[in-house]
Amino acid sequence: MGSLPVRSATSERLSSLRRSAANHLVTTLAILSTVVVLVPLVAILGYLIYKGASSLNLAFFTHVPAPVGQPGGGMANAIVGSGVILGLASLLGIPVGIGAGVYLAEYGQGRLFGNIIRFTADVLNGVPSIVMGMAAYALIVAKQQHFSAFAGGIALAIMMVPTITRTTEEMLATVPHAVREAALGLGIPKWRTVISVSLRTASPGIITGCMLAFARVAGETAPLLFTAFGNQFWSFNLNQPIAALPLQIFVYAVSPYDEWHRLAWAGALVLIAMIMISVTLVRIFANRGALKGGH
Amino acid sequence: MGVDIHVENLNAWYGQTHTLKDINLQIPANHATALIGPSGCGKSTFVRCLNRMHETNPIARAEGTVRIGDIDIYKDASPVEIRRRIGMVFQRPNPFPTMSIYDNVASGLKLNGFRNKRVLDEVVERSLKSAALWDEVKDDLKKKSGASISGGQQQRLCIARALAVDPEVLLMDEPASALDPVSTAKIEDLIFELKSQYTIVIVTHNMQQAARVAENTGFFLTGTLVEFGKTHKIFTNPSDKRTEDYITGRFG
Repeated sequence: MGSLPVRSATSERLSSLRRSAANHLVTTLAILSTVVVLVPLVAILGYLIYKGASSLNLAFFTHVPAPVGQPGGGMANAIVGSGVILGLASLLGIPVGIGAGVYLAEYGQGRLFGNIIRFTADVLNGVPSIVMGMAAYALIVAKQQHFSAFAGGIALAIMMVPTITRTTEEMLATVPHAVREAALGLGIPKWRTVISVSLRTASPGIITGCMLAFARVAGETAPLLFTAFGNQFWSFNLNQPIAALPLQIFVYAVSPYDEWHRLAWAGALVLIAMIMISVTLVRIFANRGALKGGH
Repeated sequence: MGVDIHVENLNAWYGQTHTLKDINLQIPANHATALIGPSGCGKSTFVRCLNRMHETNPIARAEGTVRIGDIDIYKDASPVEIRRRIGMVFQRPNPFPTMSIYDNVASGLKLNGFRNKRVLDEVVERSLKSAALWDEVKDDLKKKSGASISGGQQQRLCIARALAVDPEVLLMDEPASALDPVSTAKIEDLIFELKSQYTIVIVTHNMQQAARVAENTGFFLTGTLVEFGKTHKIFTNPSDKRTEDYITGRFG
């Protein structure tokens, strides 16, 4: 056994000082970055509340937009319309996205088809949202000869899929191989192992991915411009144009009327609140069944 | 009850690597059989061929005859059916982290579509008692995750989970190598208890462990079965020079 190099007390103290200085520096930088990220977020939210809260009243949630020149009116139809479009998009996009992610992680590893899907998903993720809207317009609206809630839902669903697919794949990849082996070793068929063991183990991450995709498309305006189109009245028909909050905010924000500007601020505030509430609700719901000491 | 295992001319490969070469072996029912040998000698591959887990690796392949009881597992049945009859316990405890203790034990039945709650309750209790874990977890069965208990408890949970599907054979791949001495002793006691009802095959690096729990021992070296026989004979009077070198610590 060789002995450790002997160091003088002074050099020992110096290097200890250097270590603790480096530690403080890195911690400070980390805190600073967090502040830099949070300041704009808090500022935006604060400004929205400042500008929008004063125009919020019961009518905003219960009335459809008032005709030009008349005061009052609300965005009730846009709030419901956004709910309809987002519900439709989630209904279509989440199963397809998770399904593709499962294929990539559990069946398509190292296969050409898997690589093609992975590449397509990554490209799709970078496609500007307005292009998505044009695609949905060309494929659905132009064929049907009219705008519809359905077309808007599909445009948003296509935007959700790549994020969900890639998150699902990555989260499934973090499930330990030993856990899958345990299931296969019990004589549980592979499809059942995928559903009840792999997906279940990865579910917190997959839910986060779905929420990210949802929150991202919830505020999208461009893909809805020539698909859902917007509507000043109540509509519950998926085959007809439908109002949506981002569209209504867009129309009001670019209008010349002060009253509409105020409503646009209120709409933006409601949109953010709706996203935050739905994400929180899903989190609470997902954590309800959690066990002590589990994930 | 346990069943005999007959292995004839078993060969296995990982890609181009020939990991098991012409293994011939008879493992008697209702006894514990230990497989020893240095790392990479093929003993883990061998047990994984006994329940067709070997082939879950896409580059792995096996040839030969393995008869468990009256079925030839490579001819007469699907891997899924085989694994229901042949339980496996792995080197590292691998409970399902998102399931409760109860659901972990019941998983083999539940995930194969069995739903009768009264029977499930009975099976879970019986299996946990067989695995000597019942008294430690009975108050938290549905509250705690299978991953929240200690490593030794997790491994006994995995044994209970394997027992719950009522297998005839229990394969154990170094079941105590990741555990502390106290937990190891518990697992060994358990093997001693269980071998009256199951055919147990245990891979181990620990020769004292083989001597303590197993009637028969096989010595593997570079993919071949060098020697197989009564444990006390293998350890006191081996026929093969290589076996003697290994157990006396000259290599491995």
